[in-house]
This record gives sequence, structure tokens and C-alpha cells, in this order.
Amino acid sequence: MELTDFFTNYTLRTITLGTAVLGAICGMLGSFAVLRKQSLLGDAISHAALPGIAIAFLITSAKDSNILLLGALVSGLIGVFWIRGIITKTHLKTDTALGLILSLFFGFGMLLLTYIQKQPNANQAGLDKYLFGQAATLVESDVRLMLIVTGISLIILLLFWKEFKLLLFDKNYALTLGFNTRFIDGLISFLIVLAIVIGLQTVGVVLMSAMLLAPAAAARQWTNSLGVMVGLAAIFGACSGVFGTAISASQPGLSTGPVIVLVAAVFVTVSFIFSPERGILFKQLRLIRNRRELELKKTLYFMYDIVRKHEDVSRPHAIRILNNFQGFTKNTLSQLAEKDWITIQGQNWSMTSTGFETAANLYNKNLPEP
Amino acid sequence: MMSEKIAVAVDDLTVAYNYKPVLWDIDLSIPEGVLMAIVGPNGAGKSTLIKSILGIIDPIAGSVKIYGKPYSKQRDQVAYVPQKGSVDWDFPTTALDVVMMGTYGALGWIKRPGSKQKKQSLEALEKVGMLAFKNRQISQLSGGQQQRIFLARALVQNAAIYFMDEPFQGVDATTEIAIINILKELRKAGKTVIVVHHDLQTVPEYFDWVTFLNVKHIATGPVKDIFNDDNLTKTYGINYKVAVQQ
Repeated sequence: MELTDFFTNYTLRTITLGTAVLGAICGMLGSFAVLRKQSLLGDAISHAALPGIAIAFLITSAKDSNILLLGALVSGLIGVFWIRGIITKTHLKTDTALGLILSLFFGFGMLLLTYIQKQPNANQAGLDKYLFGQAATLVESDVRLMLIVTGISLIILLLFWKEFKLLLFDKNYALTLGFNTRFIDGLISFLIVLAIVIGLQTVGVVLMSAMLLAPAAAARQWTNSLGVMVGLAAIFGACSGVFGTAISASQPGLSTGPVIVLVAAVFVTVSFIFSPERGILFKQLRLIRNRRELELKKTLYFMYDIVRKHEDVSRPHAIRILNNFQGFTKNTLSQLAEKDWITIQGQNWSMTSTGFETAANLYNKNLPEP
Repeated sequence: MMSEKIAVAVDDLTVAYNYKPVLWDIDLSIPEGVLMAIVGPNGAGKSTLIKSILGIIDPIAGSVKIYGKPYSKQRDQVAYVPQKGSVDWDFPTTALDVVMMGTYGALGWIKRPGSKQKKQSLEALEKVGMLAFKNRQISQLSGGQQQRIFLARALVQNAAIYFMDEPFQGVDATTEIAIINILKELRKAGKTVIVVHHDLQTVPEYFDWVTFLNVKHIATGPVKDIFNDDNLTKTYGINYKVAVQQ
């Protein structure tokens, strides 16, 4: 397929719009899942949706995607309900509850799916697209549903922004202020389930959690503001959708869902390495720079020890006398001179008043700020 | 100075986690205007007592009254400073934003904080000496600074009763003095301040009332009357003063 097809081909345009909207809503709501430290919840929900799809098909024998997604929604919500029940009613920890529900529901879903495939019903072909997703089957009505769900989520998000933030940061405090934390918590979970369900057809049960987590994890690297994080995650998610669809359309035999997830993974990788504050690269650079600075200050302090024995601070001393001190190099000296802490005259150095002051206050800087 | 009005009344309160009682049949009344420490060994139920008064934990039995009414009707009278370690300080938000959360209760559902709430929050930040850090990401604050932010958030609530869960835990001497001075100011303004406290040495210096707690309620009263060997031994199971001298 040519690049121009991207703009003229109606089907491709629908699919691209769909994956973009899906990426945006998943990024947006995924931020909450990540900050709630329930990253795996998305994975459990999407797997829990599978039996719902199968049961909806068995009851209606139709492949109307809206009915199948309704089944997915119901069984996803049952999954969430059970997970919460296990956590509050037993001694089991969250990860155990998630793992338990995930495999239980997925196992049951697979059982039903294989049973359906043995049935002599022509309609059953293609039900397994919900496992790995098949973006090519997206039609305009699917995209319209995605747009509606995204719009509703956005409105709820804006309305309850303050409550969501409070709950995510400090749940007990929210409770003492009189907010119904179970309602807010339930609302967030419900929105996450909705986002997952509308993504199943495109990305599939198995990869869905990556759509939620990857854009959010990438966005967290770039900002310290919740609003910016949610917005960035939506943009990263949408871009993953658009680029993923474009790449998979450019080559025959590239499945859209996995490609979208891989593009999202690229966003994550780039963010982990290159983000200015939290990124590995700049962290390492800062570490190296701080070490150099520390070595420089060590040399300065050594010089200060020599200088302060004399009345005249700027009295020249021979460079030679520094030789015993490890870590001293010509480079160190020129850097110290560059900072205007010392001056060099031939074989001698002398300390400037700024250098003297800096050295004298070197270890006072750690006092707490007011 | 001290009126006879009862700020907090706890009646027959019993709390259990997994069948094991954490608080057993607590009766306690705290008069208005005291600065009170709750002391007791680890696992004595000090935090649990505060959390059940605030409705965070559901008790098995008993009731709590704030100025004679249930807590749910008196939320605006009460402010809470949780343990510093109870939240994730890597959350993407600023110091000012956290303090603003103190205004959310009065705002109620959906309404957003405006310039009035911002002004109140800035004033609270100034009171705890953190105004210069208002735009700082909260993970970049020291432990003492984070504790001051939590205190400022409670101050914004402008309540009559303050509950604080170990506000001195992991803070340096400067912050400890700054915090206790604010608490003493609150008491001067007629507020009731109830603090879960660990350092027995500083009880007589910081507080005027004390509650001894070890699953059961042991004693409550003015520090000068009841902070003695007898109650310390009952609470900690060892003769505290003798143990310290060794």
C-alpha cells in the first residue's frame, strides 16, 4: 500500500481513526491505573472479558460486535468485582488475586472458545480475533462507539478531576474529608474496564494491558504534573495507534495490534532513556558531572588548607606542592582557573577571594533550607 | 483557660483486624483546648484509635462523638495529618497542590478550587515555613519538609480538632521544634490537638494532656497528674524509668 492510500483509502482512514482514539483513551485512563499501582489490573480485566465474549456468542449465535462487547463488559466487571472481593475478604495480596482471576477467567474463556470452534456454525469463524485483535475488522460504527466512550470518559474525568487526584494520592484523607471513596474508586475501575472492552477487537485480550500501561509509563518520565501526564499519555497512545496502523498497512502480513504495541514500546524506551529529569542518560550524565565537580572541590579544599595558614589569601604557591595530592591534574587546575577560583602564573598558583569563600563554605551548603 | 466542653468522646470502642482485638472497649473523653499525646508501645492501637475516630476503620462496637454529634456530621470541625509514609511521594504533583487538597472537603463534590482556596493554601505554606517550596515536586522534598506540607494541608482545613499520626517521625530537630511551635499556637487559639507520639522524653515538655494506651485504655489526664511511673509501667510492661537508667 502506498502512503497516498493513507489519505484516500476510506477503510484505512476509519481504522487509523479508531486506533488513534483507542490509544488516546487507553493512555488517559492507563495513567490512573499506573498511579493507583494497579498496573496488572488491566491485564486481569482484559483476560476476564474473554468468557463474556464467548458466552454472548453462545447465547445470541450472532457476531454483532456490540453484543459481544457487552458480554465482555459484563464479565470484565465481574472479574473486577471478584478481585476486589478477594483482596478485602481474604488474606491474599493484590498480585495473587489478579493472577488468580486472570488465569481462571482466561482458562474458562479458552475452553468456551475451543468448544465454539467445534460447532458446525459458520458464524463462529473469526471469534478468535478477540485473542490478538484484528484492526482490519473495524468499521465506522465501531469507531463511533469508541468516540462516544472516549467523550464520556473525558467528561467524567474533567468533572471528577479533583476527586480522582485526591483519591490517587491519599485515599484515607479523602475519606476523612467526606468523599465516598468507594464510588470514586469504582468509577475509575469502570472507566478502565470500558476502555479495555472497546479495545479488545483491535488489540485483543492478550496485548490490551500494554495499551494501557505503555503510554502512561512513558508520559510519567516527562512531567511532574498529573494533568500533563494524562494529556501526554493520551498523545503517546494516539500516536502509537496512528503509526502502528500506518506501519502495518505498509507491509502485507503485519498484524496491527502487535505493531501498535511495539510502537508504544518505542515511546517507553525513548522516554526511559532520554527524558531530561528521570531518564537514564541524563541521570548518568548528571552523576558523572557531580563526581567531577566533587573532585574539583576536593582539590580546591586541599589548596584552601594550604592558603589559610598564610595571612595573604592570594599569596602564590608552587604547583609542585600539590603533587602529593592524588587526583590533581593539569586539567583540574585549568578548570579551577576557569571557575575563577584560582589564578595560574607560570609554575605558581594563587587563590582568588571567590575561591577562598567557596572553599570556606563548601560543607555548609548541606544545611537545610529555611 | 480550659473549658469543660468535651471535644471528642469515645464510648466502648472495640476494633479488631482478623479476629485479634486491636482496641478493646475504649472509653475516652478529650476536653476542648488540650494538646494531647497518645502514647503506648508498638501495636498498642494508637493509629487505629485515630483512624476509627475518623471513620477510616469500622469498629466492631462502640461510638465516637465529636462535640456531641457523630463524625459524619462534624467533618468540618476535624483535620487529619496521616503518617508521612502512608502516601507515595513520587506522585506527580507539587507542594502547593497537596496543601490545596485541604480545601477539597469544604468545596465538596465537583467544584474546583479557585483563587480563594489558593490564597488560603499559600498562607498555610507560609505558616509552616514552606512558601519558597510551593512549586516543588513533592518527591524532591526532604522528610521534614514533606511532614510540614502535610501539616499545612491540615491547617488549611481550619478545623477545631486536629488529629496527627506521628508527625515527628523521621524529622530533624529543627522541623520538630517548628512543628511543636505550630501545635502550641493552635492550642493557644483554643483548638484541640491530638498527637500519636513515640518519644516519652518529650511528653512533659510538649504536651499538657496524655493518654496511655495499650489495646486497652489505661489513663487519660493532665501530664502533671498522670505522667508517672505507675502508668508507664502499666502501659509498657516494664518499669520505664528504671529501664532508662540502666
